[in-house]
Amino acid sequence: MTAWTRDEMMTVAAARLLWDGCVCFVGIGLPSAACNLARLTHAPGIVLIYESGTIGTRPDVLPLSIGDGELADTASCVVPLPEIFAYYLQAGRVDVGFLGAAQVDRFGNLNSTVIGPYESPSTRLPGAGGAPEIAAHARQTFVMLKATPRSFVPALDFRTSAGFLEGHGSRALSGARGGGPRAVITDFGILTPAAVSQELELSALFAGATAEEARAAVGWPLLVAEEGETLAPPSDVEVSTLRALHARTREAHSHPVRLPA
Amino acid sequence: MQLLSLREAIAEYVTDGACVALEGFTHLIPFAAGHEIIRQGRRDLHLVRMTPDLVYDQMIGMGCARRLTFSWGGNPGVGSLHRLREAVERGRPKPLELDEHTHAGMAAAYCAGAARLPFGMLRGYIGTDLVAANPRIRSVECPFTGERIAAVPALNPDVTVLHAQRADRQGNVALHGIVGAQREAGLAARALVVTVEEIVDTLPPAMNSIVLPHWVVSAVAHCPGGAYPAYAQGCYGRDNSFYQRWDAISRDRTGFQAWMERHVLGTADHREFLASLQGAA
Repeated sequence: MTAWTRDEMMTVAAARLLWDGCVCFVGIGLPSAACNLARLTHAPGIVLIYESGTIGTRPDVLPLSIGDGELADTASCVVPLPEIFAYYLQAGRVDVGFLGAAQVDRFGNLNSTVIGPYESPSTRLPGAGGAPEIAAHARQTFVMLKATPRSFVPALDFRTSAGFLEGHGSRALSGARGGGPRAVITDFGILTPAAVSQELELSALFAGATAEEARAAVGWPLLVAEEGETLAPPSDVEVSTLRALHARTREAHSHPVRLPA
Repeated sequence: MQLLSLREAIAEYVTDGACVALEGFTHLIPFAAGHEIIRQGRRDLHLVRMTPDLVYDQMIGMGCARRLTFSWGGNPGVGSLHRLREAVERGRPKPLELDEHTHAGMAAAYCAGAARLPFGMLRGYIGTDLVAANPRIRSVECPFTGERIAAVPALNPDVTVLHAQRADRQGNVALHGIVGAQREAGLAARALVVTVEEIVDTLPPAMNSIVLPHWVVSAVAHCPGGAYPAYAQGCYGRDNSFYQRWDAISRDRTGFQAWMERHVLGTADHREFLASLQGAA
């Protein structure tokens, strides 16, 4: 079996959560790699939507932005941006929203706006983009981010996108029609919401990772599910497909662009 | 519709203090127009754009803006917009007032603006602190069901600037590929300026690509490569390596200023700008 890294396992674990035929609204970065790995392995019929309005896109290389020409070239259709948000996402036609963030809290709420106070931030982050409405309307969301005590925090500096809010069913009263976070995939394993409290708990570990390591990497007292599992390591096909995708992407992004005369 | 040089179009339609939207969602970003606004030294602009991107990083860093309406302010796939960050975090080169939204919220605001309605509405901004941070995000009650629906004021820029693949000599504008909210932003504005890759005698059959008819277009300027380092589908690709290099170019104010002086202030027009990048880091 091929040697693999934690970063690769994180992408593989996220990809395995997606199923063939699911309609998935894709964020850029880690989610984009996971969604395309799923498409290139076990889910060839997955419908990938990027917020630029590209529907059913099948990029050969990973886009750097959510609007690279590669996404339009390989899409089954391209629709205007107001349409993708209103007629597809808000209308409840999206199965999975796949998000990243700078911070997550124990109820799966996300911050991608500021570190520090909003009016005088120590770090101004890019902001919301499509995330708040994806988090509200997708039937379920998956979240990917690497774990440090700065990213898995007891209290967000700013709540950009709703997870389970304060837990215990508070999301259901908020007007959000989607089901909220079903999994947070990080670089030691997967957290999933507990049944009643909706607090994230450790439900799966990567091979070689430990619950102690997970607790140390999370900024709140992390609960561990009673029936936790250890995930199978990446298969040779998963590793080779992912590496080939990254290699094609690096090669494509290094091409000089020919300027118009 | 007037057929103008880009210099003439900016001089006539973009004035100090104006509300200006340079739209284009990753694709067809009107970079040449942004550079010309910088060259002409416009000040106190209210800039509107869903994704400020490098073009507004440059305009903010050069001191053109007092206010920014936006929904995602990063360098896509790379990281921060350092000049935008410095304006927000340290007030340099001048403080920047933020009017911050989500993509869905801004799309609704442009649609309302194009339809000359007072506000856009959406099932949005649910459970987000943006509502507390921005008093312009409010809600209305549905008169039929009583449901609360988020409301954002319509966006009606003084001028919207777009880039498109082509226009004909009458000023009909065709663009295709990822079209973002360009049509809505264009129709929401009081004046619409479009730069184009080429001007043709007759546009090819539209096949649902967006056509802005000549009588809603204020001015067209011929500007090949006008979206670079963003792209124009069918003409040239996005220069992803430039977007990656911009992180280092813009990271500190001195390096940014030197780059802008050499490539934007130090060039007369977009043709010279593109030529100045040949062989440059």
